[in-house]
Amino acid sequence: MKQSITLGKVTKFMGLGFLSTLKDLFTGKLEKEDFINFLRKVVVPLASVLLFIGLWHMGSQSLYNIEAEFKIEKALNDQGPAAAEAMRECIASGDVSCKPNTLPSPAQVWDSYKSLLRDHNIISADKAAFIEKTAALNEKRIAEGKDAITYTGRPSFVDQIFRSLKTVFAGFLLALVIAVPLGIFIGLSPTLKSSFNWFIQIFKPVSPVVWYLLVFMIVKTLLIDSNEDSSFTISFISVGLCSMWATLVNTAMGVSSVDKDYINVAKVLKLGPFQKIFKVVLPSSLPLIFTGLKITLSVAWMVLIAIELLAQSPGLGLFVWEEFQNGANDSNAKIIVAMFVIGIIGFLLDRLMLTIQNWVSFDKTDAI
Amino acid sequence: MATIIKDKANVTLTENGLFPSSEVMLDLKNLKKVYPTPKGDYVVLEDLNLQIKKEEFVTIIGHSGCGKTTMLSMIAGLNPISGGNISVLSKHIKGPGPDRGVIFQAPSLMPWMTALQNVLLGVNQVFPDATKKQRNDIAKYYLQKVGLEDSFNKRASDLSQGMQQRVGIARAFAIKPKVLLLDEPFGMLDSLTRGELQDILIEIWNKEKITAVMITHDVDEAIFLADRVVMMTSGPKAKIGDVLNIDFERPRTRKSVLEHDDYYKYRKHLIDFLEH
Repeated sequence: MKQSITLGKVTKFMGLGFLSTLKDLFTGKLEKEDFINFLRKVVVPLASVLLFIGLWHMGSQSLYNIEAEFKIEKALNDQGPAAAEAMRECIASGDVSCKPNTLPSPAQVWDSYKSLLRDHNIISADKAAFIEKTAALNEKRIAEGKDAITYTGRPSFVDQIFRSLKTVFAGFLLALVIAVPLGIFIGLSPTLKSSFNWFIQIFKPVSPVVWYLLVFMIVKTLLIDSNEDSSFTISFISVGLCSMWATLVNTAMGVSSVDKDYINVAKVLKLGPFQKIFKVVLPSSLPLIFTGLKITLSVAWMVLIAIELLAQSPGLGLFVWEEFQNGANDSNAKIIVAMFVIGIIGFLLDRLMLTIQNWVSFDKTDAI
Repeated sequence: MATIIKDKANVTLTENGLFPSSEVMLDLKNLKKVYPTPKGDYVVLEDLNLQIKKEEFVTIIGHSGCGKTTMLSMIAGLNPISGGNISVLSKHIKGPGPDRGVIFQAPSLMPWMTALQNVLLGVNQVFPDATKKQRNDIAKYYLQKVGLEDSFNKRASDLSQGMQQRVGIARAFAIKPKVLLLDEPFGMLDSLTRGELQDILIEIWNKEKITAVMITHDVDEAIFLADRVVMMTSGPKAKIGDVLNIDFERPRTRKSVLEHDDYYKYRKHLIDFLEH
């Protein structure tokens, strides 16, 4: 039996059902009774976004005013009325030197977003030009057995996003490789469970910062001879160690709580240990394992920012920290841009996991 | 209450009232089950003796909680024996094994596998030397027998409860066990589906003649399927209370059984036992 795959099915599968409602609206397929549904699924969320932006705008405006008043007041007290008047004019003119530094408005954030994109275009054009220019030379250098010359310019915002994604996926894979097999063993054996339990209970609540420091101590010594930058290694290992606990606990729970009926069937049929694990135990605990992996990925993304910041590993975390230290005119707006990018990527990662989960799991109940 | 074993035409009993061992498939001797509790031991079964002949279909009836399921899972090897012993063809059982197929109350299919894969799970285990095609053929044969020829590749989770239990029946017969153990297999089904599945079960059984022990709550089901109905006393310390031979000819149809003169006599006997 073949099922045709429609946009509706795909989007629903990914938990993005509202997209197909939107499509129906534009293709005129929307029935009258669907209208209420449309209101609820599209109009109301859209209205709440607009409301949020409005409140944000007003909030930033009033913060701006408080900051401006304070600056003028300070000028008046310190230097007298003339200075205060000069300050007032300076602020009104929007000059960079005296601009109140506070929560940026939505419009400023949007401008920063565009400027970050422009910046990215400039850098990538620069990079492409560099690669073109050095292509011939590099070929010659490699032929002579020397290292190729690589582009060492400043990474753009987009480069940093990809760098962060790379770190988070490396960390996630590490968590997967450690936590799933370990979870299976712990779940299968009550002895292992009791001997590992204290270990899990103690290390689970440890803060990302502490994990980072621990990994730093170890990796620094192990890579003492290497000239390579260890910040990536340190940050992805820290991310993996911070985030693996949810998968470990969920896998162990899934494996130890396999339906007794299935275990009885396996016993009656005298399945060997391998068959029992791969044909019965693992498939039946997949939904819980995936719940764990989903939590792991979102935790990994969350702690990544803090760890990149500590490890000075390029990425969104470092971007945020550098902008904060920088204190330039549009730094605050760039930080807010990074915040939204982090949030949206986190959301997309969660959807990605949900899609994979729906794909592999027999349990078709809607996971959230 | 004394155990009454009527002399059936083709079997002569030995002096002590037992069947000759060459006739016996399943033998429970002085079986005992004790669950330790904080308030001391709880004796579920005590001094339970039961012999089941080759190619015999025995149903077991008794009140809820009397230890029927405990006894069946002990025969299956899923529940340890506290005293006495169980033997299949004069050999004491040690743990579970595919010589005793089980049809559980819940269908207990792996929901992520198709109907065919579920049956193959057992077939592959029991016939490891057969070719892939032979094993497939065995699994398909039994799925056809239970009326699922159109659902080989449907996932178990997409099948109705009744269809799942059909797969359960196919899975149990396909491993060609010596003894078939059925733990209220139709208890969770509506009465229409239950009747359908009883017919399917008895049809396959007529062909395969696998010694069967089935627990049921349903007096009519017990009479329709069985050669003997074993009645258990209420627990604790449950044992065999009474045994009723059902002398209807096989193959039976529901109609012929219901119209038989002895049907209501048997039914009254069972109901009298259960109500006292």
